[in-house]
Amino acid sequence: MSVPVVNYLVLSAVLFAVGTLGVLSRRNALILFMSIELMLNAVNLAFIAFARQWGDMAGQVIVFFVLVVAAAEVVVGLAIIINIFRTRETVDVDDVDRLRG
Amino acid sequence: MEFVWVVLILPLVGALINGLLGRRMSKRAVSGVACGSVGVAFLFAVNALLGLLRLPPEERVFTQTLFDWIVAGGLSAKFSLLLDPLSAVMLLVVTGVGFLIHLYSVGYMGEDRDYSRYFSWLNLFTFSMLLLVLADNFLLLFVGWELVGLCSYLLIGFWFTKPSAASAAKKAFVVTRVGDFGFMIGLFLIFATFGTFDYFRVFEEAPQVLAYGGALATGITLLLFAGAVGKSAQIPLYVWLPDAMEGPTPVSALIHAATMVTAGVYLIARAYVLYELAPVSMAVVAAIGVATAFFAATMALVTHDIKRMLAYSTISQLGYMFLATGVGAYAAGMFHLVSHAFMKALLFLSAGSVMHALGGEETDMRRMGGLRTKLPYTSTVFLLGSLGLSGIPPLVGFFSKDLILEETFLSGNTTLWLVGLAAAVLTAFYMLRGHFLTFYGKPRYDETKVHPHESPPVMLWPLFALAALTVFGGILWISFLNFAPFEKFLEPVFEGARLVGEEEHPAALSTGMLVLLSVLAAGVGIGIAWLVYLRGVTVGEGLRRAFRPLYTLLYNRYYVDELYTALFVVPGRRLSEFLAGSFDQGLLNGIVNGVGRLVDALGGALRRVESGYIRAYAAWMLVGALAILIYLYLR
Repeated sequence: MSVPVVNYLVLSAVLFAVGTLGVLSRRNALILFMSIELMLNAVNLAFIAFARQWGDMAGQVIVFFVLVVAAAEVVVGLAIIINIFRTRETVDVDDVDRLRG
Repeated sequence: MEFVWVVLILPLVGALINGLLGRRMSKRAVSGVACGSVGVAFLFAVNALLGLLRLPPEERVFTQTLFDWIVAGGLSAKFSLLLDPLSAVMLLVVTGVGFLIHLYSVGYMGEDRDYSRYFSWLNLFTFSMLLLVLADNFLLLFVGWELVGLCSYLLIGFWFTKPSAASAAKKAFVVTRVGDFGFMIGLFLIFATFGTFDYFRVFEEAPQVLAYGGALATGITLLLFAGAVGKSAQIPLYVWLPDAMEGPTPVSALIHAATMVTAGVYLIARAYVLYELAPVSMAVVAAIGVATAFFAATMALVTHDIKRMLAYSTISQLGYMFLATGVGAYAAGMFHLVSHAFMKALLFLSAGSVMHALGGEETDMRRMGGLRTKLPYTSTVFLLGSLGLSGIPPLVGFFSKDLILEETFLSGNTTLWLVGLAAAVLTAFYMLRGHFLTFYGKPRYDETKVHPHESPPVMLWPLFALAALTVFGGILWISFLNFAPFEKFLEPVFEGARLVGEEEHPAALSTGMLVLLSVLAAGVGIGIAWLVYLRGVTVGEGLRRAFRPLYTLLYNRYYVDELYTALFVVPGRRLSEFLAGSFDQGLLNGIVNGVGRLVDALGGALRRVESGYIRAYAAWMLVGALAILIYLYLR
């Protein structure tokens, strides 16, 4: 027997909400990153669930794309964070506000 | 003839050398470049004249295209020069008299520290004037026309640190601009009608295109005349010329007597084909000419300033020239132009010699007197000039002025002739009055401080040359002997002119009588001047009181300057003040500043969005995403 698709979607929504809350409430850049990963994977889960339900491989293909792009994004993002840490000795995103209007 | 372009280019080269390098050159070198360029140009002009004379009369037209200047749509203006008898005459006057005045300036301006600036502008003027007379289309003529206006402005205001000179320069520029406005509209009309600016094409097509006496012909000619009125200082735009005497005296001689101010006469003579088609315009030209001749002469009667007296005299004589062109006697007008150039250059330069002798810029005749023994040469040549201008035979002025009066009489317009004759009496009177006040009587200058001395040879020789021209110039055209090489020379140019017909208007007076009358007029004027200023005959108290209001009126120049100030200058200044104050500072500045303030306020409101907190951005993104979702859901 199979798990109904709605369960996957509820889990995906919960994961996304946790990620969103993390992005909104935390100040540590690394935690922000982890939260973003959480949101991405929540979306991935929803894609997989729908792909399974409709028997359409397109959803799974998109997930691969997301994974690859997320990996690339992490590389760039971590490089930026390291550089910020080197120059300003902080990873607190609220302290990095030189572009404030 | 092929070298006519050299005549044009030489003064320009001189102007450039003196203008760019003059400050680093010695005075001798500057004078050499300036006088040399004009002198050689004169030789080339003589060469061009000889070239013309070698041709049969009807073929004496030579055009030389230097390059295409403007080609745009239907407009094609070439930078090309026209050498025909008319422009050859002007060419010789401009370079010949110009050369003498350049030479004179070497002495007169010798002490000025802006020596090279003076000569570069004088050369530039010569170039501009040559461009004006050599142009073979109206557009190029207009370029020369405006350039001489610019040079006039620069040279009147040569001593620009003197406020009166600076404002006189401004006045000359602005007042002539009024006439030029009409001139430009006239040019536009010519282009709209003929589709070209080229003299020959316009004049060839004019009889077919323009109806005789039609509104278009009258309009074009009157508008061109407006330009001439401004440039040649005729009523009502003559007010700038007396003030222009603020410039150095040789400038007054060259620009404001001999050459530039005659440009208007040249223009009408050049475009006579158009004027022939507009009898109304001809009548206007003649009427304004004779009115100017008379009124300017009355103003010259009472002025105490020797240069202003000569300026009014110039205006008056220019009036005679317009009278001549107005009655269709173009050749006579041109002859008076040439003769006046000789005499008035002579008079101005002698006046400059007097001022020089009195040590600077003294122009008030009330502080001169008795200079005859101190300045024998200057006194003699001044007398020659005065008598010439008065019309005493056998000086050149007699022939030219008599010719104009004669032609006017023969044209059948007795009123014009009478006014002209009256102006001749006045001319003789004021010229001799000036002469007697300056050179006779007791010295009225401060003899302890001023020791008059005759001018150096470099100033005297040009005077002698001009005096010789004044004495012998008459042989160019002795009307009553039918000896007229000058007229013969110009004849091919004016062959289409309507004949001033002895046949049409059987003369009431014979030519001999007319000559006698004009000599008599001069004699009367001289006689009165002699009685009043030399014999010291004073008129009765009653008569004097009766004439007092007239004298005051004349002395204040009919209050025309005051009238123009009240009519144009004061409202103009008010308008400018309004535009500069309320309009510019208030309205325009308000709009500009308002836009700035609006952007500033908008930016201030928007900058709060850029908080610098990433979480805030993320929250806004979330809000946005939710909003889109809700919208899609509700749709």
